[in-house]
Amino acid sequence: MIEAVGLTKRYGAKTAVYNLSFQVRPGVVTGFLGPNGSGKSTTMRMILGLDRPTAGHVTIGGHPFRQLPNAPRQVGALLDAKAVHGGRSARSHLLSLAQLAGIPAQRVDEVLGVVGLQDVAKRRSKGFSLGMGQRLGIAAALLGDPQVLLFDEPVNGLDPEGILWVRNLMKKLAAEGRTVFVSSHLMSEMALTADHLIVIGRGQLLADMSVTDFISANSADFARVRTPGTEPGQREKLTAALMEAGGQVMSEPDGAMRVTGLPLPRISDLAHDADVRLWELSPHQASLEEAYMRLTQGAVDYRSTDDRLAHLQPPQQPGHHGYGMPPQPVVQEVPQQGWYAPPPPGQNPYAGAPGQAPAPGPYASPAAPQPGTPQPSDTPKDAR
Amino acid sequence: MAAASAVLQSEWTKIRTVSSTVWSLASAFLVTVAMGAGLSALVSSTFDDLSEAERVTFDPTLVSFSGMVLGQLAMVVFGVLVVGTEYSSGMIRTSLAAVPQRATFLFSKIAVAGGLALLVGLATSFLTFFLSQALLGEHSASIGDDNVLRAVFGAGLYMGLIALFSMGVAAMLRSSMLSLGILVPFLLLVSNILSAVPKAKEVAQYFPDQAGAKIMRVIPDAMNSEPAPYGPWGGLGIMVLWVAAALLGGYLVLKKRDA
Repeated sequence: MIEAVGLTKRYGAKTAVYNLSFQVRPGVVTGFLGPNGSGKSTTMRMILGLDRPTAGHVTIGGHPFRQLPNAPRQVGALLDAKAVHGGRSARSHLLSLAQLAGIPAQRVDEVLGVVGLQDVAKRRSKGFSLGMGQRLGIAAALLGDPQVLLFDEPVNGLDPEGILWVRNLMKKLAAEGRTVFVSSHLMSEMALTADHLIVIGRGQLLADMSVTDFISANSADFARVRTPGTEPGQREKLTAALMEAGGQVMSEPDGAMRVTGLPLPRISDLAHDADVRLWELSPHQASLEEAYMRLTQGAVDYRSTDDRLAHLQPPQQPGHHGYGMPPQPVVQEVPQQGWYAPPPPGQNPYAGAPGQAPAPGPYASPAAPQPGTPQPSDTPKDAR
Repeated sequence: MAAASAVLQSEWTKIRTVSSTVWSLASAFLVTVAMGAGLSALVSSTFDDLSEAERVTFDPTLVSFSGMVLGQLAMVVFGVLVVGTEYSSGMIRTSLAAVPQRATFLFSKIAVAGGLALLVGLATSFLTFFLSQALLGEHSASIGDDNVLRAVFGAGLYMGLIALFSMGVAAMLRSSMLSLGILVPFLLLVSNILSAVPKAKEVAQYFPDQAGAKIMRVIPDAMNSEPAPYGPWGGLGIMVLWVAAALLGGYLVLKKRDA
């Protein structure tokens, strides 16, 4: 059990963490989310007694970290995969940590096997990839068989097999009754791994709730409705009917409509009564990622701006999308998507280049950002 | 509470499993012995060319420690790296997460590394002494002569202390690059130059290296050097004060600052 009370950290004039109070309970995986620079790592460092809080306190099992008897046997942490002397072999690194806690050398070989580094145990960690570094860091965290585990961005740099492994490892550790606290900015990953979420933005608590509560509290489910593109009059007719019935209608650039406030059967009935044919009527539930974006949009410190390369490029050819990436269908009016730039006119898959859209048919248009969609924090969206 | 013995064991593992520490200690040993032996052989063959005053105050023990000027730099590198790589690699956060008691962490590290530096320093000073005396032939001193054992033992202490001083400086500055950038020019140039400038030498003789090096002299004003206002042990005492101040400063920085 980790308990933070009124945790505050200032670096000079900048407040990294402000009045943060939360509990991390044993038996579940608790995800720790926030945009870059929101204070996740600072909070983790304060939990581990590396940084001294300006105000407030944080305890593990009722003790401040610095007063824990034999800390490595109670708390394991992965803070920074590269925080290893590059000239030391993986095994020697773990051995020096094991000796600190009176852990037998045999356990070192055990955890090397658990993380799959047994074959490179004698190699200097300088040559390790980021993924191997993460595995070494996880090995160090597991060394003392601790009841409380902290992981700062553990899946960064891991291959898909490694990500799956980490996910299962976290769940297994939590199922054994341990306290597992994982920070990440990969929402899709957290949706699969975490049971409980603590979300911070600009150093302040934004949400502390279960994943399902988080999604339903922070997202609006909607229906996508598409009328025949050949008959624009039908669209207007339906919009009027829907709004009259109390629904909110927003339009998507490809001509579809986003309808909220009305259940799907009711939309169908209204369309029938208005004598409008439908080409699409589909339910959409917001993903964790969308919910997260909606919640943190006001708290992003580092927001990418549109790199237009105005002086570098000849005028855009229709159908050219840079990077070979199909443009995401974007709804300008939808607030949680304010973080990427609206595409220039003529750039949506329906208008310009059907060949480049993933599913160029008029029905399939993945409007919800899928896993892998650029996020504001780490992948600058470069809408050329 | 991580037991001090566990931390000592862990620090020993850290030192022996990195090649840079092994190399810096080995070069401290080799450079000092090789230079000492080389200069001794040179002096031995050109002894008759020395001036009258130099011949009268010839200090064969001091000559055997000529290599110390460069050898101490390797000791500095060792001391700086032992502490500095914790910061440059980020290992310090892993270490402190495992040993939250920062005093235990720092002083265990310093005890292991300092002890090792002292052992290597003593081995170096005794070997370079015996090798150089053998090469000096008829002008040589014997370990049984007055004050010679003190000088040889003191030279070993000097090497250990200079490594400890470097560890303290590195703990204060929290950077290998910065520490080496300050310590190496200071020891190689600044300290030596200032101690030759008339007014500045009044101050320079209290520098850690200038004061500590007096212990290596058997004849106090050998080779026409100026007499110091303190004895050989007094000089070493001044150096110990410098070392203590550097280590205390390093500890306070580690205690106060965020890792």
